[in-house]
Amino acid sequence: MSQVNYTNQNGKLMSDQPKNTTPSSLSDVASKRAESKVAGTQPLGTGLEARGVHAWFDKHHALEDVSLDFSAGTVTALIGPSGCGKSTFIRTLNRMHEFIPHTSMAGQVLLDGKDIYESGIDVTKIRLQIGMVFQKPNPFPSMTIGENVLSGLKLAQLKVDNQEDLLEECLTRAGLWTEVKDRLGAHAGGLSGGQQQRLCIARALAVKPKVLLMDEPCSALDPGSTLRIEETISQLSKSMTIVIVTHNMQQAARVSDYTAFFLSDGGPGQMIEVGPTNEIFSRPRDERTENYVTGRFG
Amino acid sequence: MTTSTVQKMRPWAATPKDRFITGLSVFISAALSVLIVAATPMKGKLAYFGLFFLAWFIVDSIFVARRGGAKGVRDGLAAKVTLLGGIIVCMVVFSILWATISRGLKGLNLEFFTSNMRNASLFDPIGKGGILHAILGTLMLITIAVVISVPMGILTALYLTEIKGKAAPLIQFLVQAMSGVPSVVAGLFIYAAIILNTPLRSSAFLGGLALTILMVPTVTRTAQEVLNLVPRDLREAGLAMGATQWKTVALVVVPAARSGLITATILGVARIAGETAPLLFTVGVFDSYNFNPFKGDQGTIPTVVWRGLLGGTPESIQRAWSAILVLLIVVLIMFVAARTLGSRSSKN
Amino acid sequence: MSIDAPVKVTPPARKITTKPRVSDQIFRAIVTTFSFSALLILSLIALFLLSKGFTTLKEQGFGFITNFEWSVFVDENGVEKATFGLQAMLLGTLVISIIALVIAVPLSVLTALFLTFYAPDRVKRILVTIIDLMAAFPSILYGLWGFFVLMPMAEYWAKLIHKWLGWIYIFDVPDPIYTRSPFIAGLVLSVMIIPIITSVSREVFSQTPLDRIQAAYALGATKWGMIRAVVLPFGAGGVVGGSMLGLGRAFGETVAVFSVLNIVFRTNFQILFTQGGNVASMIIQKWGEAGPSEVSALMAAGLVLFILTLLVNFLANYVVTKTVKSGR
Repeated sequence: MSQVNYTNQNGKLMSDQPKNTTPSSLSDVASKRAESKVAGTQPLGTGLEARGVHAWFDKHHALEDVSLDFSAGTVTALIGPSGCGKSTFIRTLNRMHEFIPHTSMAGQVLLDGKDIYESGIDVTKIRLQIGMVFQKPNPFPSMTIGENVLSGLKLAQLKVDNQEDLLEECLTRAGLWTEVKDRLGAHAGGLSGGQQQRLCIARALAVKPKVLLMDEPCSALDPGSTLRIEETISQLSKSMTIVIVTHNMQQAARVSDYTAFFLSDGGPGQMIEVGPTNEIFSRPRDERTENYVTGRFG
Repeated sequence: MTTSTVQKMRPWAATPKDRFITGLSVFISAALSVLIVAATPMKGKLAYFGLFFLAWFIVDSIFVARRGGAKGVRDGLAAKVTLLGGIIVCMVVFSILWATISRGLKGLNLEFFTSNMRNASLFDPIGKGGILHAILGTLMLITIAVVISVPMGILTALYLTEIKGKAAPLIQFLVQAMSGVPSVVAGLFIYAAIILNTPLRSSAFLGGLALTILMVPTVTRTAQEVLNLVPRDLREAGLAMGATQWKTVALVVVPAARSGLITATILGVARIAGETAPLLFTVGVFDSYNFNPFKGDQGTIPTVVWRGLLGGTPESIQRAWSAILVLLIVVLIMFVAARTLGSRSSKN
Repeated sequence: MSIDAPVKVTPPARKITTKPRVSDQIFRAIVTTFSFSALLILSLIALFLLSKGFTTLKEQGFGFITNFEWSVFVDENGVEKATFGLQAMLLGTLVISIIALVIAVPLSVLTALFLTFYAPDRVKRILVTIIDLMAAFPSILYGLWGFFVLMPMAEYWAKLIHKWLGWIYIFDVPDPIYTRSPFIAGLVLSVMIIPIITSVSREVFSQTPLDRIQAAYALGATKWGMIRAVVLPFGAGGVVGGSMLGLGRAFGETVAVFSVLNIVFRTNFQILFTQGGNVASMIIQKWGEAGPSEVSALMAAGLVLFILTLLVNFLANYVVTKTVKSGR
């Protein structure tokens, strides 16, 4: 019952999505600029797929049998009330789940058809391909803005010929370039919360991930910064696969192509329903989804 | 609905194959180190130890490199080097424990615990004379130090946690500074302040005063930590019932932190039990019983060890090891007691 | 006629005063009085050591710090001539403490990293107990162990170092005597300060913000990459502070150093050679046969030692507190 597979074959759906609710003039201009910079910079692959994923914290069964397909180049929003397992789920997608002691999991997560949990795999390479942005902006305070963006390269010991170009590209894609281009040598702690979060996005982009996971990236930010981040997401969606956890249903409606609804009825969290975002919000199949999106609970 | 049969997995944990490889590389390295020691003029435990780790670094890196590349090799090396740090620290502690136990046991006998050195010298064969007088002397010193420093330390801690007066940051600072006072300075101070200025001469009491200086900071800091663990609402509950602060502290806060305060005392005692330098200025040395804490030199375990070490003959050195073993056992017992009490109080 | 707009009156904030009951006043008075005992004791130490050492300080002046001679003799007229200079001992203290730090800091940082990020729970609990136990060992035990167990081994290591690095001045020796050297004293001291540096470093490392650690991992960092990028920059101040606390302990160590060091009033930087100094152990060495003028000199030496350790401790605590608060 809880196993709902949704496979998207139709990339064109994207243009029908309600994400155009963001001020169009601004985003149009911005996305044209982004397109000219990033078009075709990397192959998108075939996307990310979760198959029957479970997660446990010690004995507590936090997530039960979630299967979801994130097609390449789409934005998928994970919504649901607190404690429904959506954050746990997103952390299983790039193997951040295992940093919590005494956890376990089951199922498979396939990146371009290859299981990222396969034994013998180099997990650091997985995380290079599946980047993550966290709830709270977490730039490295001991590094400058520029160093922060390039820190992923240093950590993964990747060599890049033209660091300046990469720096500009990533900051531009994250929508931060014009604000910080004159103070790349300043410490990151001096930026505002929203700028810090966009810096974290730029940092995640610098290692050229195929997938970007965002765990409530705007929950600690003011509405203005939230808007900027949402614009950034819209631009990025053309060049990568994005999964975003959000508490904010308007945000899910604005930025995502697909929405998955998670719920826990006291037991482990389950995925109730997934579909194109406008369908989930206009005519959900499950009553519980309808109750949630219409604000009757949660 | 087949969820109940799903197998929990930890794909990130080491697989049997990983463990086999780890074991294999340890084995190969051990074999290599033995071979190299046999084939070259290098010899000794240091050579085995160094070569083993060197070989292990290399052999394991070869295995790791296949999966993680240069990055993985560096990561693996870092893990091994930190492990090496931990191992060296453990080896030092075990070396100290082993030396004390193996050398000290030889000199332990009934006589050692039940008699004094009045009719024996340090250079007499083992079996003649004992250190009962020193055990009693050390107990006397500890008792004096506890009687003075426990109230002092706990009251200071109460000032820092309950009253939180204006001077609290200053007091905190001074207590930390006091914990750095060298023990020899504590002894010199008591000598300068009392023996040079008053008719009092070296005695257990003066030794206790010197040890108090060293013990108060330990008691204060530990007591402060446990008092801070007492939940705020417990205090507020007391005050809300109309109790005075004094009553709240005496009847609620201190009882709640009781076992922690005992831990503080024990840690303080462990800190001073083996102090030697201050005793040389304030207590002197004595070979028999002295039950007057205020008059006359006193025998203590640390000074017995000290004289045994300086004596230099096999017999005197044997006495030093046996005496330090007795002291170590006392310290160990207190250490274990403090740990069990500490863990029990933190659970409640 | 116009109606005035209602004027907003902000009442002055009431001052809440409570008159504590008599029993509370007594309680507070007692506790506050006792809490000043630390201040009292520290000032008394400084006062009495200064008053008893004053004669020496006046006679020797600044030379008490800069001279390296320590001698008392009575000339044919029965007049006592004394020269007291601490230079050799102060430099000697510095030398063995630096040797101790050079050995102890890397070992402690590695152990702290192992404890915080690598060790499985059970190993961690055992190792923490072992390190706490190490801190509880009496210093005379370190002296005994250092003399009888460590020294024979360290003598061999010293010969090896001399054999391979003897061309460097500090590893050279005028005579092939390797026992009771500053090197061995430094080794013993390093073992004694390892628990201090390890526990402070571990404390600071374990406070590394989790979100930064996760950020590094999410960027594809290995554990070591994460430690270098996040933990070490964050914990550097704590390591420095912990090392200085260890330095304070090393400055003041007496019996352990006395057991394994040949104390000679001569400045010696050849650390493998059997000749060194340490203010604290010099005091007990000279104490036994000291006449009144020498006792005064030893009190003055105690004062110098007291001030030195106090300064180092102040600085160390300042650094540790600042690091923990600033969160960087």
